[in-house]
Amino acid sequence: MSLAFAILFYVATLVLVVGVALKIMQYSKTPAPLKIPTTPAPTTTSGVVMRMFREVVFFESLFKATIWTWIFAWAFHMGLFAVLIRHGRYFHDLLPAAIVGPLKYAAFAMIIGLTGLLIRRFAVNRVRYISAPSDYAMLILLLLIGISGAMMTFVDHVDVVGVKSYFHAWMTFDIENLILPSDMVLRIHLFLVAVLMLIFPISKLLHAPGIFFSPTRNQADNPREVRHVAEWAEKLSK
Amino acid sequence: MATKEFTIPEIQEYIEVPDAPIPDATAHLSPFIAKPMHQEALGFPVEVSDDWKEQTLDAMGDLLGKYRGLRVFMDICVKCGACTDKCHYYIGTADPKNMPVARQDLLRRVYRRYFTFAGKFWGALGMPGFVGAADLKRDMLDEMYSYYHQCSECRRCSVFCPYGIDTAEITMAAREILARVGIGQKYDNEIIAKVYTIGNNLGLPERALEDTLEGLEEDLEDETGVAVKLPLNVKGADILLITPSADFFAEPHVDGLMGYAKVFHEAGVSWTLSSSASEAANFGMFIGSYENMRKISLRIREAALELGVKRIIFGECGHAWRVAYSFLNTLAGPFDFLDQNYPIPQHILEFTLGEIEKGTLNIDKSLNDDMVLTFHDSCNVARASRMGDKPGGQFTIPRAVIKAVCNNYVDMDPDTIYEKTFCCGGGGGLLTDDLLELRIKGGLPRMTALQTVTQEYGVTHMAAICAICKSQFTKILPYYGFDMDQIVSVHQLVSSALILTGQVDEDDDTESGEEAA
Repeated sequence: MSLAFAILFYVATLVLVVGVALKIMQYSKTPAPLKIPTTPAPTTTSGVVMRMFREVVFFESLFKATIWTWIFAWAFHMGLFAVLIRHGRYFHDLLPAAIVGPLKYAAFAMIIGLTGLLIRRFAVNRVRYISAPSDYAMLILLLLIGISGAMMTFVDHVDVVGVKSYFHAWMTFDIENLILPSDMVLRIHLFLVAVLMLIFPISKLLHAPGIFFSPTRNQADNPREVRHVAEWAEKLSK
Repeated sequence: MATKEFTIPEIQEYIEVPDAPIPDATAHLSPFIAKPMHQEALGFPVEVSDDWKEQTLDAMGDLLGKYRGLRVFMDICVKCGACTDKCHYYIGTADPKNMPVARQDLLRRVYRRYFTFAGKFWGALGMPGFVGAADLKRDMLDEMYSYYHQCSECRRCSVFCPYGIDTAEITMAAREILARVGIGQKYDNEIIAKVYTIGNNLGLPERALEDTLEGLEEDLEDETGVAVKLPLNVKGADILLITPSADFFAEPHVDGLMGYAKVFHEAGVSWTLSSSASEAANFGMFIGSYENMRKISLRIREAALELGVKRIIFGECGHAWRVAYSFLNTLAGPFDFLDQNYPIPQHILEFTLGEIEKGTLNIDKSLNDDMVLTFHDSCNVARASRMGDKPGGQFTIPRAVIKAVCNNYVDMDPDTIYEKTFCCGGGGGLLTDDLLELRIKGGLPRMTALQTVTQEYGVTHMAAICAICKSQFTKILPYYGFDMDQIVSVHQLVSSALILTGQVDEDDDTESGEEAA
């Protein structure tokens, strides 16, 4: 079982890294033939960096759109971000205990946020109409990951040292020492995480790398000053 | 087509977003399909052939490789619902497919099915719907034709999308795919064909244009006693004015044109119109066709070269200003032969505000005291372009000009102006009577905001800087209990407050006459 999980995670990591890399390559190779920033837009590159920063960190546009979705989405994402940082302790020793301790509560932000988003998907007629089964499945998957993780932190403590040595062995391909603590919740948690990694490059989770390529947000508003022509469009004039 | 009886929406106290969508409420709305001759003129197939499915997917694949926006937007929507209450057509019709994300999904489900692993996988299992994919069927093209012509490409949804997904881009792509399969839109394609053969959307030939301009010169002279010119095809003029052809005769557009002429006259600049580029509009954008948009734009470059002008100025027109400001340099540049000391191209409002600030214009604001004004931000100007040096100039410059020529001005509800402005309901190539029901219903949010300022501040007129907005409001205002002439051009306001040097006032002929003499 320990080996099966190790292989699963090797495959999942490969799919995630290669899949996202291929998508990023595809996005960057596809030309943006016209200047289409949603205006008012910054006129300089540094302005665009700031706009993107506000979008990625504060969800600026969503904040303008609907406050409840913003609250839940922001709580979930920030919670997830903190949880991911905290999970670094299974892979390296750089995190001071003073950070690891308090960060555990981020799991609640994540779970509350996801629950809110799920309820909204059911309860708001308009949002229910646009939801496909996979949209619910995605939220439920993340919710189960969050709940199973929180259970190991707050209810039935997982053998942290055991998990740590397992992933150390996993990282160093030390097959002999791949011993996963026999904890059912842990196995469920890990399996769901592997599923999430596997579907990342083939699902809407691509919004994470994708937003950086969104021309309405990443273009500077300077078409009168700088002539912008895509390669395929240039060929039309020849 | 649009023959079904429908009721005019009632204006409520606030803009109300329909809570419960009414499926297929406007499924019957679909503009007339282009005739073979109009398809042909634009280089599209004249009818749908047997391999429509292959052609659809080929066209889609082609566009996915050409437009990063389309590719990214197809992938990254998370269905958060932020856009679902933002579209004026959803607010006005309650049809769920008029929610931006649902409209996008009409194309996205095909993308998911044929261009993504998830769609192919679940499709092979016979459950494409699990991941929002769908097998492409012939009637889906008709549905796309209908709902992608219920989008005015106004970009309001893109303001609120956390990833900036712009439904306009998807609508344009869908319309181009449909046109390439043989399902073009009659209104747009017919107009583009007219631009190619005659030079403008209205099919106004050079001779008629000449007569029209002469007539306007006479009107101006009768009214003011000053010989204000509207020059046509003058070689060596400094400025080439490109304006929507509606400015040549439609009300209130033509009052705006006379306003430009008066401002140019007072500024003492030499300017000209061109008969070969007597149209600012570029419907190539509406149908999403880069090639047609480029071809239409090149006329302007050619006219500028032929006439040897130094500057290009655009008249009041929304989507034309988007194409001019955002795309002209790309499509028809570089404009290294023009005077680089001025913006290329420049908006007439940038020019007029410059003259007002320089003090060249003798303005008597009280001449507009019979009106209380508000301003409708046109979507393409607001969310797809700019004026002036700073972001947001597209909002401040028109208002600065209006306030410089009018004493009474109030803004509408902040959620309905600036970047959050609502489309007039007739933009994006939908200004055709076969879509009248949609146009009336889509105008509801703007009419609601107008009603509020009418009741609270006694607003009498709404100014706009877009030919489509002006025509659309002229048409729909009466359906909502307003008068059609409550919509005015911004340069019409400038015109009525501007006292020309040597102007003879109707009231005191003699006095001014003596002064002039």
